[in-house]
Amino acid sequence: MGLFSFLKEKIAHKSKEKKEKYVAGLDKSRRNFSSKLKALSSRYAKVNEEYFEELEQILIEADVGVNLALEIVDITKEETKLQGITDPNQINEILVDKMFVGYVQQGESIVNEIQFKENIPTVLLVVGVNGVGKTTTIAKLAKRYISKGKKVLLVAGDTFRAGAIEQLSVWANRLGCEIVVGKENQDPASVAFDGMVKAKKDNVDLVICDTAGRLQNKTNLMNELSKIKRVISKEIPGAPHDTFLIIDATTGQNGVIQAKAFKECTDVTGVVITKMDGTSKGGIILAIRDELGIPVRFIGLGEKMEDLEEFDLDQYLYGLCLGEEK
Amino acid sequence: MAFESLGDRFQAILKKLKGQTRLTESNMEEMLKEIRVALLEADVNFKVVKEFVNHIKEKAIGQEVLNKVSPGQMLVKIVHDELVDLLGADQCEVNLRNKPTVIMMCGLQGSGKTTTSGKLANLFKKKFNKKVLLVAGDIYRPAAIDQLCQIGKQIDVEVLNLGNNINPVDISKKALEKAKKEGFDVVIIDTAGRLQIDEVLMEELVNIENEVNPNEVLLLVDAMSGQDAVNVAKSFNEKLHLTGMIMSKLDGDARGGAALSIKHLTGIPIKYAGVGEKLEDLEVFHPDRMADRILGMGDVVSLVEHVQENIDEKAAKKSVNKMMSGKFDLNDMLDQMDQYTKMTSGKGLAGLLKLLPGMPKISEEDQQKAEKQLKKTKAIIYSMTLEERKDPSIIKNSRKLRIAKGCGMTSYDVNRVLDQYDRMKKQMKELRGRFGNDPRFKNMFK
Repeated sequence: MGLFSFLKEKIAHKSKEKKEKYVAGLDKSRRNFSSKLKALSSRYAKVNEEYFEELEQILIEADVGVNLALEIVDITKEETKLQGITDPNQINEILVDKMFVGYVQQGESIVNEIQFKENIPTVLLVVGVNGVGKTTTIAKLAKRYISKGKKVLLVAGDTFRAGAIEQLSVWANRLGCEIVVGKENQDPASVAFDGMVKAKKDNVDLVICDTAGRLQNKTNLMNELSKIKRVISKEIPGAPHDTFLIIDATTGQNGVIQAKAFKECTDVTGVVITKMDGTSKGGIILAIRDELGIPVRFIGLGEKMEDLEEFDLDQYLYGLCLGEEK
Repeated sequence: MAFESLGDRFQAILKKLKGQTRLTESNMEEMLKEIRVALLEADVNFKVVKEFVNHIKEKAIGQEVLNKVSPGQMLVKIVHDELVDLLGADQCEVNLRNKPTVIMMCGLQGSGKTTTSGKLANLFKKKFNKKVLLVAGDIYRPAAIDQLCQIGKQIDVEVLNLGNNINPVDISKKALEKAKKEGFDVVIIDTAGRLQIDEVLMEELVNIENEVNPNEVLLLVDAMSGQDAVNVAKSFNEKLHLTGMIMSKLDGDARGGAALSIKHLTGIPIKYAGVGEKLEDLEVFHPDRMADRILGMGDVVSLVEHVQENIDEKAAKKSVNKMMSGKFDLNDMLDQMDQYTKMTSGKGLAGLLKLLPGMPKISEEDQQKAEKQLKKTKAIIYSMTLEERKDPSIIKNSRKLRIAKGCGMTSYDVNRVLDQYDRMKKQMKELRGRFGNDPRFKNMFK
C-alpha cells in the first residue's frame, strides 16, 4: 500500500463532519485543481513527456512556484520510471504522495494548536503584510481558544492604519474578551508592553498581539517589529511563544520572500493561510515550507469567527488534488 | 535565492550572448528559458508567459544585430517592446470631465480599496482642485467605515457615512443625490471586499453599478497576487463594466506580474499604482516605465519628474550660480544638502538610485547610514558662526574645538566636514572651467 492510499484510509475514519466543512471550504480551490488533474488523466491513456509538462503547468498555476513544481514533477517522473507505471491515475497518486512526503520532511514535526505554558501567559504575536487578514484571524483564534475555556486578552498593536484599533475592538466586544488599546500612532511596542503587564496581572492564559501590516522590504517597520518582540520577551521570559505569519491565499511568489523576511526578524513559528474559501489554491505554502521549513498551522475559510480550521496536510492535498472521490 | 529580478536574470544571460552577430534559435534558447522562469517567478500568468515567450522568439529569430549593439541589447529591446505592448501603450488617468464623476471601487478583501479611495480623493482634491465626496459603502467589515472617516478627516474630504444598517445600493443612491444637490465634482464609492465567487455580494455590486451608473469602475489588484489574479479579474469584469485597475502595494518587492497578465487577458488598463502607506502615495501608472523597471533598465523619467517636483528651483539656481562664480561657501553646502533631503524624501536614496539605470543598488541600511552622516554634517555646520560659514578658512584649532563642543562631536568630525567642503569646492572649480564659458549654459548662471 502506498503512503497515499494509507492516508486515504486514515482520512476516511476522521470525523465526517469536520472533513465536510474542510472540503466545503476548500471546494472552489479544489474543484479547479482536481478537475484539471482529472481532465488531464482522462486525456492520456498513457503517460508521456507532454503529460508531465501539463502537470508542471497545473502546479505552477496553483502558485507552487517554478522551482518546486519542477522538482515535484521530476521526482514523480523518476518514481514512475522506476516502478514502470504508465497509468495517469496512479501517477497522480504518486504526485500527491511526493508532495506529502516532501512537505513532512522539510521541517520538524508539527503541532498545530498553540501549546500553553503553565503559570505564565502564553503569548502569540501575529505578523504579516498589509491586507492579508491579520485582525480577522486574531478574532478567529481568540474565538477558538475562548471556546476551549481559555482566558484570552487581545492587544491592539496596529496603531498605524486608520480604523485598525476600532476593528479589533469590535471583535473583542463580540467575543466578550478584554482588549488593550493604545492611541493612534502610539509606539506599538509600548502598547505591547501594557498588554504584557495586564496579562500578568490578570492571569490571562493567552495574549494575542496584533501588529500593523507592513511590507517586508521596509527596514524601519521590520525593525519596529523586532522591537515589539524584544519588549514582549523582556516582560514575559520566553515570549512570544508563537509567532504566526498570516499569508493570503492569493499571494504569489512574493510569499516566500515575505516568510523569509518575517522569519529573520520575528522567528515565525507558523503560517496561517487566509481566504482559502476563494479560488486561489494557496500553493505558496508548499514553497514556504520547502524553502524555509515553516509549517502551516491554521487555515482561514471565511469571514465568520468560526471559519478557522487546523491545517491538515493530508486533507489539504486530498482536497486540492483528488477531490471528493475515494 | 531563486528570486533575482528580471533585470538581474537578463543581464546574466546577456553576458553569454556577447559577441554574437545574429540571433538564432540556438543562442536564444537558454535566454528564452530564463525569460520564462523569470516571468513565472514574477507571477505573470502561465498562459501569458507562454504567449509572450513565443512572441519574442518569432520577433527575434534571424534578426541581424545592428552596428555597435550587442545581441543581448538587441534582445532586451525586443523584450522591452513586447512588455510595453503587453502592458498597454499609454498612461491613462481617470477622466474628471463629468460632474459629478462617479467612481466605484471594487476588489478582493485586503486589496487596498479603502486606503486607495482616500488616496484618489486626495489626488483629485490637491492636483485638480476638485470637491470630492467619499462614500462609506463597506458595511460588513468591522470598523471599515471608521477607517474611511478617519482618512477623510486626514485629507479634509467629506465622507458620507450612513452607518451599517442600510444597504450599499441605497447608500450609493443617496450619495449620488447628495453630490448633485451639493455640487460635488467627484464621488468615490468604497465597497466591501468580496470573493468573485460570492454570488450574493457580486450581485450587490451589479446593483450599485446599475443604480448609479458610474463613470469609472476600478478594480484593485494587489501587486503580490499570484496566478489566480487573472481569474479574479475576469470574473469581476464579466459581472461589472470595469474601466481600469489600480495596482496596490507596488512599493513592496513583489514584481507585480499579475497586473501584467490581467491587462493582457482582459484589456483593462492599469490607471494608478499605490506606492506607499501615506495618502500621497499614489502615482499615475506608466506602462512603458513599468516595462523598463521589470527589465532593470531604470526608470529615468520617473526620477526626473520626482526631482522636479521636490527640488526648490530657486535655491538650486542660486547654488549653481554660486558654484560657478567660485563663491561656494558652507551655507551653499548646507543648501545642497537640504535639496538632497527634499529630493530623496519619501523614496530615500535607495529609491532614487533604483530609478537610475546602471546605478549600484544600495541597501536601505546603507542609505540610512548615509542619511545619518548627512545629519551629522548639518549639525556641525549649524554650530559654526555665520562668519565661519562664509569663510571656512578662518576656522583654526580653537574654533574647531568650540564647534565640536557645540554639536557634541570631535574636532576630527569637524575636520572631515571641512575636507569634504574643500573637495566640493575643487570640483566646482573644475566644473566652471569646463562649462563656464559654454553659451548653452549661460542661462543657468543668471
